[in-house]
Amino acid sequence: MPVSTIWVLAEPTASGINSTSLELLSAAHALGGSVEAITWGTGSQHAGTLGAHGATRVHDVGDLAGSLPGVPVAAAIAQLVAAGAPDAILIPTSYDGRDIAGRLSAKLDVPVLTNVVGLRDEGGLVTSHAVFGGSLDVAAKFTGQGPGIYVVRAKSFVAEPTGGSTAEVVALAVPDTGATGLATITSSHVEERTGPALDEAAIVVSGGRGLGDASAYSMIEELAKLLNGAAGASRAIVDAGWVPYSHQVGQTGKTVKPSVYLAFGISGATQHLVGMKGSKTIVAVNKDQDAPIFSIADLGIVGDLHKVLPALIDALKNR
Amino acid sequence: MNVVVCVKQIPDPAAPPALEPGSNTLDRSGKLILDDSDAYGVEMALQLVDTAGGGEVTLVSMAPNGETAGLRTALAMGAARAVLVSDPMLKGTDALGTAKVLAAAVQRTQFDLILAATESTDGYTGTTPVQLAELLGLPSVTFAKSVAVDGMTVRVERQTEAGFDEVTCPLPAVVTVTAGVVEPRYPSFKGIMAAKSKPVDQVTVADLGLDGQVGQAGARQEITSVAAAEARGAGEIVVDDGDGAARIVTYLESIKAI
Repeated sequence: MPVSTIWVLAEPTASGINSTSLELLSAAHALGGSVEAITWGTGSQHAGTLGAHGATRVHDVGDLAGSLPGVPVAAAIAQLVAAGAPDAILIPTSYDGRDIAGRLSAKLDVPVLTNVVGLRDEGGLVTSHAVFGGSLDVAAKFTGQGPGIYVVRAKSFVAEPTGGSTAEVVALAVPDTGATGLATITSSHVEERTGPALDEAAIVVSGGRGLGDASAYSMIEELAKLLNGAAGASRAIVDAGWVPYSHQVGQTGKTVKPSVYLAFGISGATQHLVGMKGSKTIVAVNKDQDAPIFSIADLGIVGDLHKVLPALIDALKNR
Repeated sequence: MNVVVCVKQIPDPAAPPALEPGSNTLDRSGKLILDDSDAYGVEMALQLVDTAGGGEVTLVSMAPNGETAGLRTALAMGAARAVLVSDPMLKGTDALGTAKVLAAAVQRTQFDLILAATESTDGYTGTTPVQLAELLGLPSVTFAKSVAVDGMTVRVERQTEAGFDEVTCPLPAVVTVTAGVVEPRYPSFKGIMAAKSKPVDQVTVADLGLDGQVGQAGARQEITSVAAAEARGAGEIVVDDGDGAARIVTYLESIKAI
């Protein structure tokens, strides 16, 4: 059966709506049929943006009073599904998106397809996934009763305004969630970030194990700042505790598609490549000429990053 | 305090991965090892039990072919026992099915807290622990970069896009941990020897009463095609002879990045 109703999770952020949610609204709109959004917190203040990207209605869970979103938002969606299930629910791959998807999946007893990078309607939705470091493209679909829950990676689609008018906002109540809903946020810490967000930056400078130790990461940050870019990291140095998970680029981490991706001391393990091989241009510096990153670099320098990186920083400062 | 850690035994990431012909699901017939991501959960559990002054760490795992190698690694770190669900009927089980299996297995143990990694290295759906929490009727906190237990409350620093949130949650609960939450210990020789005789309770799908809800059929999804992805070619690769930085500057200028 072709897709006729799609709901999209419109995740609120400090500055508006998660850009991936807007990408998913555009994708849903392109698939045809009716598109509705589900949001919470400050999300309903952006009914204009949501409408402009194709949503005709926004279901607003409202203020969560400090609860983590996973449980209450999933419970509210489950109740809405009971009143009339859509064909598909599209959810961004984000910290809260996955929580909501997991809770909803278990509540409705329907499976989830995750790490989706493409969607097409072939009389039912067929998803695309990149596996094995992006070397294989796999297509999948659900075989049982819906709704289909899809958790989609950032930058799989382009957010395109459709010219729609402000979406109608309707309140969506949260049913009693008992013990499951007891996790509460007691305070929020915002890390000072100068420069663009990692997944929005036009230039990303990333470091890996080849940096040698945690202190060397400051060179990555310095170069990123000089280039007005964002600093990223391979999983190896995140696992080592040199930088937080929010810097991680890769299969389990962020997907980035900057104009330029500069990789220092990153071997290009398959799990890293899938997060950055969509970059427009790639520059890599690594002392190992056989490093897999060189098979996708537009410019590769086989050499010691402890020489090249400081020299590059100096050269840019003195331009 | 008793802590359950859900751990996964995965195909060795150093070996080339493969898909099973037919179903095109991940081939798990080769060597399996403890997922690196789970070392953090096991270590966190051991430290929490230690701080609490008593209790045990129990591992719960679903694996093919009665595999225990990864469990022995975690038992060598100091976990007390394991529950292993292994059964040919589990082949092709998806995340939700796995959560059902783990939920049934966990209910055979005593626990105040369940820990898991945020996602596995091979499947990386990132949904199983939260599905598990829902099935057990428990609250959950994911992406913990710091975990402390204070009486019957767990206090977590939870990673966010902008930084982190401080979250409190009553026990029992499910918490998923990121790498870097603790530094995992290396098993000692004594630990490795002791692990050999620690109990591993092996159960089947029938033992858990989950016939028909797991495996390929239970997953209610299928792979419809597999194709090699478009390869992205390489450009110019040169050896640095002192001009590496200059070459990069020239390149960035040529593409108008600077």
